[in-house]
Amino acid sequence: MSEPARQRGEFAVVNHSVPRSDGAAKVTGSAIFASDIVLEHMAWAKLLRSPFAHARIVSLDAAAAKKRPGVVAVLTGDDLGALHPYYGHAVKDHPLLAIGKVRFAGEPVAAVIAEDELTAQEALDDIRVEYEELTPVLDVDTALAGKNRVHEKDYRLGGFRGFDDFPGASENICQAVYVEWGDVDAAFASAAHVVEGEFYFPMIYAYAMEPYVSVADYDAKGQLTVYSSAQHPFMVRQDLAAVFGLPFNSVRVIVPYVGGGYGSKSYTKIEPLTAACSWKAGRPVKLQLSVEEAFLTTRSDDARVRIRTAADANGRLVARQATIHMNTGAYAENSPMVARKAANRIVGPYRIPNVKIDCLAVYTNTVPASSYRGLGGAQVTFPAESQMDELAEKLGSDPVEFRLKNLAHRGESINPTHRPIDAEVADDVCEAARALKWDQPLAPGRARAVCCSASDAGAHPVTLAMVQVYSDGSVSVMSGSTEIGQGSHTVLAQIAAEEMGVPFEKVRLVGTDTATTLFERSTGASRTTTLMGRAVLEACREAIAQCKEMAAELLRVPADQLIEERGGVRCGGKQLTWAEILEQDFQMEGCSILGRAYLRRAGDLTEIPVFWEIGATGVEISVDQETGKINLDSLVTVGDVGLAINPAMTEGQDLGAATMGMGVGLFEELIYEGQQLMNGSMLEYRVPRFSDLPPVVQAKLVQNRDGVGPYGAKGGGEGAVNPLSPCLANALFRAAGVRIRRLPLTPERVWKALQEKQAAASRRGPQPAVRGK
Amino acid sequence: MNLAFELNGKPASLNIEPRETLAEVLRGRGRLTGVKISCEAQVCGSCTVLLDGLPVSACTVLAYEARGRRVTTIEGLADSAGRLHPLQQAFLDNFAFQCGFCTPGMILAAKALLDEKPGATDAEIIEHMSGNLCRCTGYLPILKAIRQAALAPRGQP
Repeated sequence: MSEPARQRGEFAVVNHSVPRSDGAAKVTGSAIFASDIVLEHMAWAKLLRSPFAHARIVSLDAAAAKKRPGVVAVLTGDDLGALHPYYGHAVKDHPLLAIGKVRFAGEPVAAVIAEDELTAQEALDDIRVEYEELTPVLDVDTALAGKNRVHEKDYRLGGFRGFDDFPGASENICQAVYVEWGDVDAAFASAAHVVEGEFYFPMIYAYAMEPYVSVADYDAKGQLTVYSSAQHPFMVRQDLAAVFGLPFNSVRVIVPYVGGGYGSKSYTKIEPLTAACSWKAGRPVKLQLSVEEAFLTTRSDDARVRIRTAADANGRLVARQATIHMNTGAYAENSPMVARKAANRIVGPYRIPNVKIDCLAVYTNTVPASSYRGLGGAQVTFPAESQMDELAEKLGSDPVEFRLKNLAHRGESINPTHRPIDAEVADDVCEAARALKWDQPLAPGRARAVCCSASDAGAHPVTLAMVQVYSDGSVSVMSGSTEIGQGSHTVLAQIAAEEMGVPFEKVRLVGTDTATTLFERSTGASRTTTLMGRAVLEACREAIAQCKEMAAELLRVPADQLIEERGGVRCGGKQLTWAEILEQDFQMEGCSILGRAYLRRAGDLTEIPVFWEIGATGVEISVDQETGKINLDSLVTVGDVGLAINPAMTEGQDLGAATMGMGVGLFEELIYEGQQLMNGSMLEYRVPRFSDLPPVVQAKLVQNRDGVGPYGAKGGGEGAVNPLSPCLANALFRAAGVRIRRLPLTPERVWKALQEKQAAASRRGPQPAVRGK
Repeated sequence: MNLAFELNGKPASLNIEPRETLAEVLRGRGRLTGVKISCEAQVCGSCTVLLDGLPVSACTVLAYEARGRRVTTIEGLADSAGRLHPLQQAFLDNFAFQCGFCTPGMILAAKALLDEKPGATDAEIIEHMSGNLCRCTGYLPILKAIRQAALAPRGQP
């Protein structure tokens, strides 16, 4: 990269915890979210949902609904013939409304569009649907038996790279991923120590507090404008363009502030349906889902993982083999990528010479699964890191020492087809252990654990950005990254301010709006700081190069004699700010120039992943033997982020991710009973509350400037979710002697395990009471 | 029917349907979109407003219940000169939000607490705030913000 090498501490704006640029708007209530958007002459849509998991729609009679005063139109699957109604970036298998058949209980079968929300809601009761129930495929084993199909046909690929190994929808397999190196059979045959087990990571609801919402305006000129709570507006644009047969320049997706995403707002959700409502009604339409409906829109893939891991007599890992089965639900969404990432991420940041991973994402008649924070990482780090402790136990080794012995060092390979690891994970693990006072004695019933993970993060590096420098010295950054709370608008403005040498307050973010910003593939996989941050930096460099050329001409000196100084250039005694350069060059006020950057998979971004996102967390817990309740007494996160552009926000990302990991570890699980989701409301789905805040929390940052992002930055924000649940399971084992291989570790589950352990112990008769160290 | 009440310190009069919730009326005709709707079941606290100074979930309170009473939303917290309430400033200073969707409700719930107990302890803050969910921050920055405001000299509205 071309930016001048700088030491830490020489930064004026980055690496400082400047207040968030969206802060004032968010504390005064003036921040506009997609759910706050109201357009002139706008109608409202409400959805009728299927009560059955798998059924043929025999007939649908909406005549009475259409007659109800205030109803504008009713949209059903029969209206979609003029469109290309199946969407999906990975697999075009998702009809925007059920067409002839429903594939999960809760799938939309009709939309009523009315003058107001209440009329639309009430008119749903007027619609008569006759279903013919089909045998539902509700779990992975039934799906793999293949007797009943969720989808009858194979689907074309979406406009997305990287799914070339998609094997079709035969036998209900949505995506198969096979990762293999070395010779696992030989390695297991000769290994000194082997642990083996089956683990289960449940379905999770991300609970972004703002439920899915979009407002669509398909106008008479054939321009489609959609306001949405989407994380990836350009991916949504691609799906919308395909559904309506429109060129990209006629589809505009605008993303205001987003009330939480955590992966659950990745890719297309209700935008095509809302747009079809507007297309049908001939006026703008808003579709605001409730949280109960959001439960029926996207969940995480669950994962049943059969895994075995082997070490030699010296405690060196020699092999890992795993079979991962994920229940992907009715439609592919991003599960093919989740499967691929899970298969990679289950290896962890270790040197393992022999690996074989088979991962299947399987269609069932349940709510579609897709991205969830960590993208498959949380699902597989739980079994992988649980087994690291199980192996350490078997070896009689300290679990931290066992990890340190096997962690790959910077530059070593952890996956032969991927970039060598770009972090010293052992340092992160030691940092977590140190913060926990690992070597200090513990009271009975208490225990500590440290776990880590490595995620191939960043997704595919195609990121374009523009920076506009104005003749008054102000700067705008036009970025297609969405501000979903992670602080991208602040971080990107910091980078631009740093590079242009202007005060932070002089930089404004424009976006996110596909009509005014260039393409950015996505906002997820912890990519924004690394890729968009770097694009913004390079766009600034290009703008500066233009300014320098102008300055050279103005000052009549060769450009290479100009010295860049904060906010302008100097040559001898002559000095010009960017503002002065532009004004003198154009001889007019109000001009601006444009710096651009087009990042693609080239140069140092050729190797995938763009960076390895490291997760390293530590916990200290106590277990209530009477109730089985686990108390998380101390939490440590270590963010290995290269350089924290905004340290306070970076720590905030880690704390938020770790708290989600705690929820997954202790409370969260979507429960199906037969065809129906049983706990699809916030009354029944338990997420971490204020009172779950651990009494001691330490957020540590490791800043080695070893990333490919701006100033050596790497992404963060997903890492800490992955190792938290195995931390809890491992600490539980060390505190109470019970190994639980199924999340969440609810009091009931822990209590039962304690009872079983006690019963087993009394059957065996008196034993020495002390175990382990 | 007509609803006459005090909204953010000013008399207000709105035509309402008897079935409408306070959140619907405030967000709809009131255009006070700082009232955020999430769970619609009194679990998350994002729609918290103050009714005569006490926190209520506007998503499950009928607008009619507000007749003749004082309603405070996040839009009414800064003073007339636009100076932020100490809690708003403390949330800014402590990075006590990310997406910001829970923030208006958080700040109003915290205001009700500090109005009653200006020097609330951590335990009191945690107890009082457990009806407000945040999915982004892990709560610690929010605790720090409320703690900062609890320790600050008082005297704001």
